[in-house]
Amino acid sequence: MTSMTSMQRVLTTLGHQEPDRVPLFLLLTMHGAKELGLSIREYFGSAANVVEGQRRLRAKYQDDCFYNFFYAGLEIEAWGGETIFREDGPPNSGKPIISHPDEILKLEPPKVQDSPSLLKVLEATRQLKQIAGDEVPIIGVAISPFSLPVMQMGFEAYLDLMDSHPDLFERLLQINQVFSVEWANAQLTSGATAICYFDPISSSSMIPKDLYLKHCFEFTRQTLAKIQGPTATHLASGRALPILENLAQTGTAVVGVSAEESLADLKEIARGKVTLLGNLNGIEMRRWTPEETKQNVIEAIAQAGPGGGFILSDNHGEIPWQVPDDVLLTISETVRQYGNYPLQLDAEDGR
Amino acid sequence: METDPKIITAINRLEDALLSLDHIEVKKVLQENINSHDHLEMLIVPALERIGLKWEQGDVALSQVYLSGRICEEQIDTLFSQDSRAQIDEYPRLAIAVLEDYHMLGKRIVYSILRASGFAVHDYGRTTVAELVDRVQTDQIDILLVSTLMLPSALRIQELINQLRIVDQKVKVVVGGAPFRFDAQLWQEVGADAMGYNASDVVAIIHQIKDGTL
Repeated sequence: MTSMTSMQRVLTTLGHQEPDRVPLFLLLTMHGAKELGLSIREYFGSAANVVEGQRRLRAKYQDDCFYNFFYAGLEIEAWGGETIFREDGPPNSGKPIISHPDEILKLEPPKVQDSPSLLKVLEATRQLKQIAGDEVPIIGVAISPFSLPVMQMGFEAYLDLMDSHPDLFERLLQINQVFSVEWANAQLTSGATAICYFDPISSSSMIPKDLYLKHCFEFTRQTLAKIQGPTATHLASGRALPILENLAQTGTAVVGVSAEESLADLKEIARGKVTLLGNLNGIEMRRWTPEETKQNVIEAIAQAGPGGGFILSDNHGEIPWQVPDDVLLTISETVRQYGNYPLQLDAEDGR
Repeated sequence: METDPKIITAINRLEDALLSLDHIEVKKVLQENINSHDHLEMLIVPALERIGLKWEQGDVALSQVYLSGRICEEQIDTLFSQDSRAQIDEYPRLAIAVLEDYHMLGKRIVYSILRASGFAVHDYGRTTVAELVDRVQTDQIDILLVSTLMLPSALRIQELINQLRIVDQKVKVVVGGAPFRFDAQLWQEVGADAMGYNASDVVAIIHQIKDGTL
């Protein structure tokens, strides 16, 4: 098979056909700062840094996308929240912007154009598009309206809201939906190919299936319908298996899945319906030997690669700062060596 | 105790009521079966342990674990006076903290389960290594429970333990949180004495430490 561009490779697998090889999304964010010799805070301070970081990372690891993701708390900055940086990990959101449920009554969705932080991401996306052209997909990111409240008010307060204040919970979702849809569409207009819709709270690790069906399924279907481009729902290490059929029915093209679940089990349900993205263990990856790295990549490809509908990636949507370059290089080399279609792997490789 | 059919039925009822967030049924089961604080061990602890195990196996969600602990904690507060409960200065002196992270849910769940199981716990909230070393010394803590969500914070526990060992050889450090679940070797790498795969594990770990088996 002749070599494809990254875009052709990804689109083919999304169509549940086998491309030239398994696509690889190394969802690297902070590693760009290492490439440029900057602190994480300095790095995310300008669009140009992130563009140069992404360009260097893709040249080094030859994966199949650009990733415009800065950090999750950046969306909260648009709501008036603060970000707390650290030297060795992703920035965190600071004090919640909602300190009492009644404040939801007065909450209004911020406008993308009024947020310098969001505008910085849009600028990075435009610059990445100039580099990518139509050959490399650019993955944008929006936190789902259903998961955003964890940063807006804290996890505990959000679960209490869901349990005890159904009206305020519903109102918060509606407000967040307005923001999330505008934010996702702004990225698509700026050149993003697809939106990674981070929705960890919908995962079965976080809420039971009946609650997902009650609060989240139809709401997500409606939200994704308003986003004017393809979406990948990422559960950020959370379990997907109990709701995978439902996720596929929301209109999402891809589901980011957890290292805690078997790709073979997930593939049984996903085949022909939704593409799987995952599920290398980003936490464990930090100490993988070359042999372990190779084995884990081969195993993932053997379990989920046949027939297409699979993109190899980590299980969280962001590779930790502590993961060394040689592990990432081994992942990339192993995909190139063992991920070519037709796959030459057997059941033993996918044990 | 769990072989008594009456108790087994009560545990089953309590578990079902907690997972379906049926506050009224929880209260009823506890009122019917708990006459003293000692009875917590035979009813609430096993019910929460079962729920914790189901979380570990992927059969229940974190929201259910959290709300189960919170409901039990509320009921215990209603059923027993402050005087009848374990005191904060009783052996083993327990403290719980979040190291550097801004995500407090894991700590809150463990705290609720400990209180619902009859333990008194110092809650240090979000802290740094230096603050934690200082407070552990001041309060003469025997068992320090540390919750983390992010990998860098989990790795920082090594520094915490190194500093603790300089000032206090006896304190046991028990860790928990997502990084430890995703990397089963991490708790040993950072030098912790034990790791809880789920929040309910901590009750058994504390008993092992009390018994001198850990």
